[in-house]
Parts: sequence; C-alpha cells; structure tokens
Amino acid sequence: MTERLTEERVDAEGGEARSAGAGNGSTPGAAGDVGPVVARRGGPLLSAHGAEAIAAMPMQRVNAPQPLFRGFGTALREVFAYRELLGQLTRKELKVKYKDSVLGFLWTLVRPLLQLLVYSVAIGIFLGSGRVIPQFGIYLFTGLVAWTLFTDILGGCTGAVVGNAGLVKKVYFPRELLPLSVVGAAVVNFALQLVVLIGAYVVTGNWPHLGDLLLVPLAMLVIVVFATALGLILAASNVYLRDVQYLVEVGLLLWFWMTPIVYDWTKVRTTLVVNNGLTGLFQLYLANPMADVVLAFQRALWPGGHTAKGAAFFYDGNLYGRLGIILVVCVGLLYVAQRLFARSAGNFAQEL
Amino acid sequence: MSSPVIRVVDVNKSFSLNKQKSLKERAVNLGRERKHRDSFTALRNVSFDVEAATTLGLIGHNGSGKSTLLKMIGGILTPDTGYVERRGRLAALLEVGAGFHGDLTGRENVFLNASILGLTRKQTEYYFDDIVAFADIGDRFIDTQVKFYSSGMYVRLAFAVAVHVDPEILLVDEVLAVGDEPFQRKCMERIKQFQREGRTIVLVTHGLDTVRQLCDRAILLDHGDMVVDGSSLEAVRTFREKYTEEPVHDDDYGGRQATITDVTVTNGAGNPADRFQPGDTLGVEFDVVPGEGPTIDDWAVGIALEDHLDNVVYGTNTHLQGVTLPPLSDKRRVRFRFPDLPMLEGQYYVTVAVHDTGGGITYHRLDRRSNFRVFSDGSEVGVLYLSTKIDVT
Repeated sequence: MTERLTEERVDAEGGEARSAGAGNGSTPGAAGDVGPVVARRGGPLLSAHGAEAIAAMPMQRVNAPQPLFRGFGTALREVFAYRELLGQLTRKELKVKYKDSVLGFLWTLVRPLLQLLVYSVAIGIFLGSGRVIPQFGIYLFTGLVAWTLFTDILGGCTGAVVGNAGLVKKVYFPRELLPLSVVGAAVVNFALQLVVLIGAYVVTGNWPHLGDLLLVPLAMLVIVVFATALGLILAASNVYLRDVQYLVEVGLLLWFWMTPIVYDWTKVRTTLVVNNGLTGLFQLYLANPMADVVLAFQRALWPGGHTAKGAAFFYDGNLYGRLGIILVVCVGLLYVAQRLFARSAGNFAQEL
Repeated sequence: MSSPVIRVVDVNKSFSLNKQKSLKERAVNLGRERKHRDSFTALRNVSFDVEAATTLGLIGHNGSGKSTLLKMIGGILTPDTGYVERRGRLAALLEVGAGFHGDLTGRENVFLNASILGLTRKQTEYYFDDIVAFADIGDRFIDTQVKFYSSGMYVRLAFAVAVHVDPEILLVDEVLAVGDEPFQRKCMERIKQFQREGRTIVLVTHGLDTVRQLCDRAILLDHGDMVVDGSSLEAVRTFREKYTEEPVHDDDYGGRQATITDVTVTNGAGNPADRFQPGDTLGVEFDVVPGEGPTIDDWAVGIALEDHLDNVVYGTNTHLQGVTLPPLSDKRRVRFRFPDLPMLEGQYYVTVAVHDTGGGITYHRLDRRSNFRVFSDGSEVGVLYLSTKIDVT
C-alpha cells in the first residue's frame, strides 16, 4: 500500500521535473547546486510526509515477537515486499563471485566439468563402470548437476549471514534475504549447467526420453526447498557456532557418497538386499531426498537409461510419488526452519 | 491529533560479554562458564514517544547506549524486555556505505545500496542522476569499481545514496561528518530539507552543537539510563555539566626559565568563577615566577581560549597588544580581562604561556589548564554573541 503510493508520487514528480528541466535547459543538479534540487522536491513531498499522512499509517511493533509456530505467512509477505532487494542481492552474489576474472562466469562450469572428467576417468575407465553403464559421461553429469545445486545452496547459505555481518549490523531487512539470495544465485548457475548438458546432447546426438522430463522441475523444486530449509537452519546456527561451516564441508562429503551419483543405485541394492537381506537399510538409503532427486535426474535426462543396456541402471520405481511425498515433508521442514531462523534472527546483530 | 511516530516502551537490553564462537572454546571453558558470564546493561527502562516531524537527538558519552537504542528503533537489535513501535517507512543511515561492495561499480552499488535503504528500482532510476550529481564524482567514475575510488569519493557516493531515500523516519548515526566542507554543508542542507518536509529524524551524535542546531528535542543517556528527555538545550547543558572534561593538568612544556602558577578564571569582580553569561566580564589571572637563571628582560605572556574541539576562539599576547613588561626579576601577577564576553553557550578552555617576544622560545606553557562555561538562554544558536536589534518595518 505504502509502496504503491510512493511510486505514484514519484511518477507525478518525474513529470514535473522533466518539464522543469526542459524549460531552463540546464543539467539538473549539476555539481554543487543544491538549490534547484531542494526547490523541486520540496513541494510534492511536503504534503506526503505531513502529520496527517503519517497519522493515517498503522502503528507497528518493531520485531514483534512471533509465536514459534505462527508468523510464517508474515515472513513470506515481508520477503515478497523486499523482492527488489532480493533481486539486487542475488545479482550481487553472481557478479561479485567471478569479478575481475577473464573467463568470469565460465568458471562456474569449470568445477563440474573437472569433476566430470575426474570421475569419468577414475570410475568410468579405471574402475570399469563406463563399460557397463552406457553414456557414462552424461550419467555422471546429470547427477553432478543436481548435486552442485544442492551444495551451492547449502554451502552458500551457511556463510550467508556471517559473511554479510557488515550489513546485518547496520541495516534492517528480513534476514531471510541473505540465504535466499544464495539460493537465487545457485539456481542461475544450475540453469547455466543445464545449457552445457544440452550441448552434450547435441554433440552425442542422443536426446533424453521426453516422457520423464516432468521429473526435472519436480526434482529441482525438491532440491531448492530441501536445501533452503537446511540452509536457513545452518545460516542461523553458524552465527552462534562457527564450527557449523566446517561440519557442513565434512557432512557434504559424506552425503555425496551416500547418493548414487558416481556409482549406480543397483550396486547398493545388490549389496544390501540381494546379498544381505537388509531391505530396511536399503529403504533408508532411498529415503535420502538427494538419492531420489539424483535418480529422478538420471531417469529424466540420461538418454542411456532407455537403451537395452542401460535399462538395468534406470530406477523404475514410482519417482513422482516419492518426490511428491518428499516435497511435502520438505515444505514442512522449510516452515520449521524459517521459524527457527526467525527466532534467532533478532539476535544476529549482537552475536556477529 | 498529535500522534507518536515512534514509541519506545520500557526497553531493557543487556549484552553478554563472553563470546565463545567455537566448540573448542566452549569445551575448554565449560566449567568456568558461569563465572565468566558477565553481562553488560546497555539500556535500562527506557521509554519515550516521538511525535511526527520531530528531530530527536540522542546524546551521551561512549557506551551510554545511544547507538543501541537507535539500532532497536531501526529493528536491527531486539530489546530483552519492552518493545518499540513505529509507523511509516524507515531508513537507517548507521554507517556510510554499509552495503557497498568494492568489486561492484559505482552504478551497481548505487542500485544495491538504494534497495537496501528501501528505494524501489524505479525510484532509484529516477534519482540516479541526482545521486551522481550530489556525490560529485563525475560520469567517468560511475562505471568504475568502487575499490578504485578515493576514500572521499566512496563516502560521498554512499552518502548521496543515503540522502535520497524517501522515508517517514530517518535514523542517523554520526555519519554527517564526512567529506570536505562544501560536501558537509550539502549534507546539512539535506537534513534540514528533510525537517522541512516534516519527516521524523532520530540523530545520534557527539557533536553537541549539531544537536543544538538541528534537534527540537534531545535525550541524554548515561550508562543505559535516560537522564534527560527535554529540549536540546537542556540535554546538552546537563551533558556538559555532567561530563566536563577536567582540564589537563600535566600537559605543560617549555624551558622553565620562568614558570606559570596559580591559573584562575575570575568574574568581573575578580572572584574565582567558572560560569558566565554572554556579556559578562571574564578574567584570567596567574603568577609568573622567574626561574633560577639570570633575570629575563625579553618576555611576553600569551593566552588562548579554545572551545571543546580545540579550535582557538581567541588568542593574543602582551607583545602583540603592545604592552611593555618590566624585566622579570620577581614574581609577577598577570591579569587578563575580557569585558562583554561575546560567546554563546559552550565549554571553553584556557591555555596560557610565557615566552620571548619573538615567540621562538617558550619558557613555560600550560595547555588547557583551566576551563569555564558559558550559558546562554537558547534564543540564539552559534558561537558568537551579538547584541541583536531587530527592526521590522
């Protein structure tokens, strides 16, 4: 409401300013001449900031304590109200990262491409998976793309509040914007890597099966919601305990190998279910949201899965159902995470 | 009709002093945790309302809690108990260039910082030329990364963004004193324009003159307690009363061929005094005692009156005044008299010296040895007392 009024006022003013500028033909606000600036702005703003206008605005409690399980909606509205700042912060994240480097944005692609090369050689050739799994390079890449999105968000969020201490201590804005801007930047990088994937399709001439493409947005949504939820909790806890950022590094390494990215999930099934009868443990393995997400990416984007040879490595369970359930759980987790984050956000400025 | 824009209700805040950020530190200090858990009260039972279009100054010495209070109004800190309410949009200038990033260009930083301060992109685009003109950094630099800016340019650009915000409430923390003199004037002009536009301003500053000039009202904080909530004159006066620096007694130097002792500030009647009103007579007197060596023929006595910022308000010496002094064979009493004291309210310090007439050799000099205060009635601001006559025809 307030914002709307302001914009209209600026428009009205803009018209006035332009006509004034055209009249005397001088550059508006040349060095040192405060006079015209004052004269031009004085009029319209005066009325808008008068006592009556302010008295009409509602009195609001600053940082009103919210009950632990309510206030999610308020927070959402607030983030929405600050969406321009969110856009600016996201843009900053993207711009600052590779500023002053010649290749710039291309560096975003270097890490996954290098991982791809290393794993293709080490696992695909030396360990022989490449002879078994068709189009092993793309198989790896589909998993790595999903995993990179997840780690970018998680790693970035963990340092988001601590890294912006200067801002947090001096300016008020919904603190959620800091982790969210990391999410925004990570999604942009993800999109860029998908372009590389499309390039790979063009080069190999093998295109994925259209039927499962809907799994991609669903799986991506799961990653974003899940990683954002964890990211909010990590960002807040890192303020109080700096060990969190190191724990995240170690944890992500462990998590990477718990997810069927560089190996195929059938090996896990063989080991756990066929050889040892540990069905429960296997189900636990599949309950890892990232495992389902990666399986979904492989099913949707890895053309090799639809060949006779690749069919064995292709997860044919009900991924839509699984991802749907995981998404619901993750939304719940996001809700809890936001409440926890909001709880501690009031003290960020003094803890940093 | 009059309704508060900011309402601070019974706010308390304390900070814990032991900050342990890592598991190791916590583990090491586990047993001693209790003992080390000192807390520091930054604000105690602070309550006040601010009406619309008021300019409120928060004053107090370092650590009195004024910045904490400002941050609470701004929503950056949360009170332990009590609450803060406010209406309308708020912009906080707590640090110039808080959101600036060295790797971004001036243009990018303007947009980022403006949106941090609550401007929409559209508004920023509209104000953009004005911001660049206000900062006076030139079109050539606006697309350069700000890390290559001179510190003056950096600060000017940051401040230019800040003064173009469009809030109902503006919080300002000690950021007015940036840039060169013309720029400071521009900033001050801008603040006054905000006042004319009926915005509410809360200002934290150590510049008591700024408070006197800008604020309708001031709150004096002392170790978290609200001591005065009243006119800026009253608050500034109480602050000066309470925290007058003791004149520095051990800062003297010179060859000690002669020594100054017993510096006294007196009133018109010649009695010791330290409070004056404009128009009173101020006297400063002291003894000059010759040293061990031969009798000094070539000597002069100088005096300087300085304000609280070490600016020399007035200075002269006997040589410049054409006073011939007899040889310094014995102890002499020197009396300076300044009738019709032409100064407005403030804290002033007296520096005295005895030296040769050329001014090249200092025999003895006492910096800020004594002090006095001038109280004026608040009908005037500034430093100079003029016997004003107003004639309206």
